[in-house]
Amino acid sequence: MHGRPRKPAKPEDESASAARAEALRALQSQFFSNHHNKVYTDEALQLSGRLIEQNPEFYTAWNYRKLVVQQNLDRCSESDPDALKSIIDQELRLVEIALRQNFKSYGAWHHRKWVLSKGHSVLDREMKLLKQFQLLDPRNFHAWNYRRFVAALLNRSDEEELEYTREMVENNFSNYSAWHNRSVLLSNLMKKKAEGFFPKAKVLNNEYEHVHDAIFTDPDDQSGWFYYTWLLDQTVKTDAPLLVSSWPAHGSSVILSRNRHSSDCSSSPFDSFRSDSGTVPLLIYFNQAVEGVNSSSITIESSFCTKDLIWKPVLQNNSQLSQVWVTHIKFPNAKSHSSEVYQLKVSVGPTQGIISASGFDYSHPTQFAFKVCVRPIETEPAEKQGEDIILWTDENFHAFQTQYQELHEVVPVDQQSVNDVHEPTASNWRAETIAKEIALFRELVSEINCKIGKLTLARLLTAHDVILSPCTSKMFHSDEVLQLYIDLIKLDPSHSQYYKDEHSLVFLQKVTSNRESLLRHCFSHKNLASSSIGNHICLRLNNLSLSRMGSVEKLLWVRMLDLSHNELHSIEGLEAMQLLSRLNLSNNKLGSFTALGPLKQLKLLQVLDISYNEIGAHSIDTTRYQCSTPLSHTEEASWNSEEIGTGGAGVKGYWEAFLIFKSMSLTQLVTLGNAISGENFKSFVVMFVPTLEWLDGDKLH
Amino acid sequence: MGELAAEKHVQFILSVEKKKDSLEAVAMEHLRMNGAYWGLTTLDLLGKIQVLALFNKIDVLDVDKVASYKQIKSKRNKKILLNLIFNSDVAALQNKDGSFSGDMWGEIDTRFSYIAILCLALLHRLNKINVEKAVNYITHLNFDLPMPTAVFCCVGALAITGSLHHIDKDLLGWWLCERQVNSGDILIKSKAKPGGLNGRPEKLPDVCYSWWVLSSLVMIDRVHWIDKEKLVKFILDCQDIENGGISDRPDDAVDVYHTYFGVAGLSLLEYPGMKALDPAYALPVDVVNRIILGK
Repeated sequence: MHGRPRKPAKPEDESASAARAEALRALQSQFFSNHHNKVYTDEALQLSGRLIEQNPEFYTAWNYRKLVVQQNLDRCSESDPDALKSIIDQELRLVEIALRQNFKSYGAWHHRKWVLSKGHSVLDREMKLLKQFQLLDPRNFHAWNYRRFVAALLNRSDEEELEYTREMVENNFSNYSAWHNRSVLLSNLMKKKAEGFFPKAKVLNNEYEHVHDAIFTDPDDQSGWFYYTWLLDQTVKTDAPLLVSSWPAHGSSVILSRNRHSSDCSSSPFDSFRSDSGTVPLLIYFNQAVEGVNSSSITIESSFCTKDLIWKPVLQNNSQLSQVWVTHIKFPNAKSHSSEVYQLKVSVGPTQGIISASGFDYSHPTQFAFKVCVRPIETEPAEKQGEDIILWTDENFHAFQTQYQELHEVVPVDQQSVNDVHEPTASNWRAETIAKEIALFRELVSEINCKIGKLTLARLLTAHDVILSPCTSKMFHSDEVLQLYIDLIKLDPSHSQYYKDEHSLVFLQKVTSNRESLLRHCFSHKNLASSSIGNHICLRLNNLSLSRMGSVEKLLWVRMLDLSHNELHSIEGLEAMQLLSRLNLSNNKLGSFTALGPLKQLKLLQVLDISYNEIGAHSIDTTRYQCSTPLSHTEEASWNSEEIGTGGAGVKGYWEAFLIFKSMSLTQLVTLGNAISGENFKSFVVMFVPTLEWLDGDKLH
Repeated sequence: MGELAAEKHVQFILSVEKKKDSLEAVAMEHLRMNGAYWGLTTLDLLGKIQVLALFNKIDVLDVDKVASYKQIKSKRNKKILLNLIFNSDVAALQNKDGSFSGDMWGEIDTRFSYIAILCLALLHRLNKINVEKAVNYITHLNFDLPMPTAVFCCVGALAITGSLHHIDKDLLGWWLCERQVNSGDILIKSKAKPGGLNGRPEKLPDVCYSWWVLSSLVMIDRVHWIDKEKLVKFILDCQDIENGGISDRPDDAVDVYHTYFGVAGLSLLEYPGMKALDPAYALPVDVVNRIILGK
């Protein structure tokens, strides 16, 4: 009962409504009887009309009328246009009555479309009617949808409709529907490069002027906000996908060793990699999700055969659209006792095939090259032996001292300079437009302390940095942006978590934007100086109040990551860090096992600490649909009845944990301090994670 | 405000079921199936589904009638019958572009995409339709004139088919979290306490969006972007403490529809003592798990 006041019924009302109920019931019964007995007389048709007038949402009555109208139209010969017209007019009149009763009646609007689809009616009348309706309720979305339908029937041009949205907005800028429709129409026109809608720069600049009126007149009115956001997106985004990073990075040298004792102190600790099978992953990261990455769209030149490599999307689900793609290159066995160096040159997009979600080709063919030094096998691989427990406390770390001359080349920042050359003229107008907007919003914010002003300014400044260096994202404005988000948390506390998340993303961009700041977070772990993973650097991003993970494209090289003592409730994006083998997520706000979904993609992950989170503490699981499970039909319920029935430790109670852990080969796991912790859970883990050597600090077996 | 008047709401729902001949019930005849769903789900979320034992049968779907319509003469059990109906009829309503029509008259809407995908998923029969095309249709709509009801249908259909990666979660999440009305003219106009959710910019808050907006935010993992405590207060403020039921805004007339949406919202907000509701299937989590996971 939308908008009807709550009040007790009076006795006289009650008897009146009882009488009305009886009458309505009788009408309904007669109607259903007519319907079931296929009585299509004029009288029966009128009766259905009376029912609709009382209740326009009565779908069955509308559908009954369609049966009757269809039959009458079929009977009526083409030679009798008046009869045809009267059948049609009768329906159109009824729809109008129904709409005046209930403007939101789906049944009524659809009936009108259906009648129009029969032909025989004057469409101009529809435009007049719409004008009437839209004056009464300028924001009714049914009317806007119907308008699009009629405009298409009338072959009205997008330009004419765009002009109409301008009129509507000029009447009253607080018309979100008109703004939205405008964005849809303009998108079409710019895509078609229609006359007067190209180049994009000119169109968008006019639109900025247009929306300023709305935002600056009443900054609290949200109607223009989303149009502005759309405009900004149109200005910033590049249609064609771009490669933003890779591992191995351009110009790097990777040391591949096959046994655990061959670490060589003269090599860089960042790029040594151990693999018993002699394979090295190759990861590429795009600025947007793409499909069509395969051995023909990516070619690799090398002295050995790298044809027919299989590229896989790195994703939480089984889609073929992904920002991150991985393949595994198998290197030949070293023939002699000395190292063999291979040069690899990777070309991305020399042929067509890589396409973005919105259908744009990868049009900036890119090349990058790296070396892989394959070490000879010095000793036979030793029997796999247990590893010591990894402790994450501060005393196990010391600041990473760089003694390597080549470091400036290998810390993978600034890596894809090859990409910087694209669209030099296009980025000019983009940067100029954004700079102009920044100036305007700085002024607005200096005059009034308004939320949309600050938020827009933060977004503009971030966009400006991205446009100036699309692949490396040098952050010129990060401090100002961070301060704006801190202000917003205070100014608009209801959405503080949104601003916190944005703050975390910008903070991580800042940390990863240059070598010096990144190195401040690099530590050596004392137990691991000569470790089996060939890389003992731990990136410590602990204790930073991070509520969200980001900038992973800069961190593809990381093997050991400490994210403990933050406020993460999700680790979305971490799936891209394919080299990760040790991860500390303790003391965060992860609320369920499905939140660990990204870890299913990390095939090298062995050591995991998820202690002191909130797993099991929430009745509502917000990552239930972020992770692949049978609920989203991305995974079968693969447990069998035997597994379900094993006492208290069965899959039944812990099916989410089962789905996460079954595809991993963890050797060390800490789960203490979660609501789910306890002996039952421990015995479940021991049973279903057979590779585990350490659980909650205790040695198993 | 105060606490959730769960007992009163149960009484209210039962009273609606008893008043089959009231004007409201007769006028809402076409929503009888919806009413049953709203009422039953609310009772279950409140942990009171057992009160149904008081009734001999719930007169919602007359299986015999359906059977005669379908010209099924032999006595099959309900489940097989329903399976037959959904398999053949629902799948046949998918159009070439992947969209779904509501019935033979061809009204196309994302409501029908969601409903088709939902009921086929519950029957383990998603393979009867072209899921890829169905998803493709939804993702190419561009969320024309975003309405939380349409957003829910799209996000729900994408969630059930494992296709949420097509959505820009940050952009949609921001639009959805800005539905929370915390200040401004609208709040003064509506005389409501801050914290309620509206359907579009500059519209009045309404309890029903505690379902449409909130469930979408949960599905895309952005529900922490709103102030949950304030929203709980807004919903509780819309209760009829004396006679049970929840209304769209404080002091308006209550109905089963808003009672369900209010209670569903409280469940998604983890209000103490309530059963959890699945944001995509719109059924209690234990029911969905039993059906889909076979637990």
